[in-house]
Amino acid sequence: MSERIFRDGEADLSFRAGRFAGKTLIYLLLIAWAIVCLFPIYWTITTSFKTAPNVMQGALIPWIDYTPAWLGWRSLGLSPETIGAESTVRDEFMKRFYNSAITSVVSSSLAVILGSLAAYGLSRFSYRFGFMRNSDISFFFLSQLILPPVVLALPFLVLYKQLALLDTRIGLIMLYTLTVLPIVIWIMRDQFASIPTELEEAALVDGLSIWGAFLAIILPIALPGMMAAFILSLVLTWNEYFFAALLTSTHANTLPVMVASQTGSQGISWWSMAALSFAAIVPLIVIGVLLERYLIKGMTAGAVK
Amino acid sequence: MSQGDLLHVVTADDISDGRRRFGRAIVWGAALVVAGVAAAQAAQQSGLADFGFTTWRPTLYAYILWAICLCWSQVLIRGEQGKRTLFVLPAALFVISLTVFPLLFAILIALSNWNLSGTRQFNGFDNIRQMWSDPFYWNALKNMVWYSLAILVEYAIAFGLALLLNAEIRARKFFRVAFLLPLMLSPVAVSWMVGKSMLELRFGPVARFFRWLGWDSPSFFGSPEIARLTIMILDAWTFIPFMMIMILAGLQAIPKELTEAARVDGASPWRSFWEVTFPLMLPVSVTAVLIRIIFKLKLADIVINLTAGGPGGATDTVTSFIFREYRDRSNVGYGTLLAMVYLVIIIIVMTVLMKIAERFTRPQT
Repeated sequence: MSERIFRDGEADLSFRAGRFAGKTLIYLLLIAWAIVCLFPIYWTITTSFKTAPNVMQGALIPWIDYTPAWLGWRSLGLSPETIGAESTVRDEFMKRFYNSAITSVVSSSLAVILGSLAAYGLSRFSYRFGFMRNSDISFFFLSQLILPPVVLALPFLVLYKQLALLDTRIGLIMLYTLTVLPIVIWIMRDQFASIPTELEEAALVDGLSIWGAFLAIILPIALPGMMAAFILSLVLTWNEYFFAALLTSTHANTLPVMVASQTGSQGISWWSMAALSFAAIVPLIVIGVLLERYLIKGMTAGAVK
Repeated sequence: MSQGDLLHVVTADDISDGRRRFGRAIVWGAALVVAGVAAAQAAQQSGLADFGFTTWRPTLYAYILWAICLCWSQVLIRGEQGKRTLFVLPAALFVISLTVFPLLFAILIALSNWNLSGTRQFNGFDNIRQMWSDPFYWNALKNMVWYSLAILVEYAIAFGLALLLNAEIRARKFFRVAFLLPLMLSPVAVSWMVGKSMLELRFGPVARFFRWLGWDSPSFFGSPEIARLTIMILDAWTFIPFMMIMILAGLQAIPKELTEAARVDGASPWRSFWEVTFPLMLPVSVTAVLIRIIFKLKLADIVINLTAGGPGGATDTVTSFIFREYRDRSNVGYGTLLAMVYLVIIIIVMTVLMKIAERFTRPQT
């Protein structure tokens, strides 16, 4: 009896089962890690609706383990009953929120403007500032990335004290712009390098000036990259704590500083802490979900050639 | 980078002598204003004369005026060439004035004894001697080495997650967004809600989970080793997405043909990973790890909020140590010296690492 020449090999027969097992394993791992990532956010949201006994029992699921209450949000003045009334806590919270929003948006915009211009210049023209040529200038900008904040913090504290910039938003904005500028230049340099120079050449032939060509032709093309740089800067500056804790005290402190200073005399009221934390992270969760594309673009700039 | 413009522009500039002179005049004029205002303020500071200044702001304004004049004069003096300079000059001026000046100033502070309320006293190398015999600073530096080594584990996990996301799966966008979210959360909120609430020993879900697993009395900040491990895990949790996204981008850039060819040649998935995928991913990996090290060296928020360096300085990072040094003793001089030494160490280490990395990422022929 001759053996069949064309048949499924051992490997092929076991292939389907193996493939199925592999798939299941992949999904299990993915779901496990998704839980690791999402559970803290879930915990924050649910805790903000708990009362003291619920917290102590470690209740997990609302309506089953415990009945949601507005306790945490009331302490921020943001629950349905208190939202219409005057509330000093809410004013305080709104002030911090506003500070955070202003500093992060303004400093990110500033960094994107300055950084895009510099990156464009460096990708198109050759410069000589003294002994520094293009590659040296690029390196100078990017090397700021390794400068740890702590090195600048204390000199800035002293300088700002002299300049009366301590506890002002302008002071924070300048520092934040400085810290995200190298990242913006890193992303934008990659962006501009991928735009062919023929575009500007055509525009110049048509009679635009260099700046005209940049503003009218290149800027619209580079807009997604600038968006990516802006979003990444926004994330970093919104969450910044170290400088804000050192350089602000009453007027200009941002949300992270407010969150960090919530220790009461009778222990921590977890429900209000959770409400506050959630309010501090929710803008970025929204940005992360809606604009994830740009964030990823920003983070992968320059990584893959 | 090649020298010579990528964008060739031929322009006929016709700059009159008068315009050139005006350009130079405004730069030097503004510089004189800065010098004048600064001199007047210095005079007031030392009690020679009273001009009614309360802060050093006028000097700042004069400096900004000078910076604007410098930019303007570039166009006046050098025409088209100057307009090109204008792309880079604002950013360069901004960075130089915000880093180089403070750094020079920092060297001055670092060699003095100053607690902000009194006057600054130059004390030479006393701070260095104090640093040399400060066990807590060396301990913090040693911790930074531990924290940096944890990046290898983070990298392995990030690589695994990127491979999972790169597999043929459904709902990839959901998983990608979910995996990305920890990066978006403020470290302060994370250290409170995760570090303090979820790890709370009585009711925290993580503590209960560990009790359920059989660890009778979980304590996450009790012993030095476990406390450090907890901080590492928390920090890893926030930053793994960052490396994961970079590696994922690298994986997606690998042509499918390569892995297919390896499979056709009979390589097992394990071998095709180690012999095809991993070597191809080396450049991206090195970039990701280097950037991650840079971010790791700035680690402070979580430590300041969670453990304040304890127990016994086991979780201290250099940044959090200096932060406390300033908060508790408002010792600006000593703190600045520690920071400067840290900067020097970082520069040396990063230079060496980048040299090594260059060797890895160079295209292999």
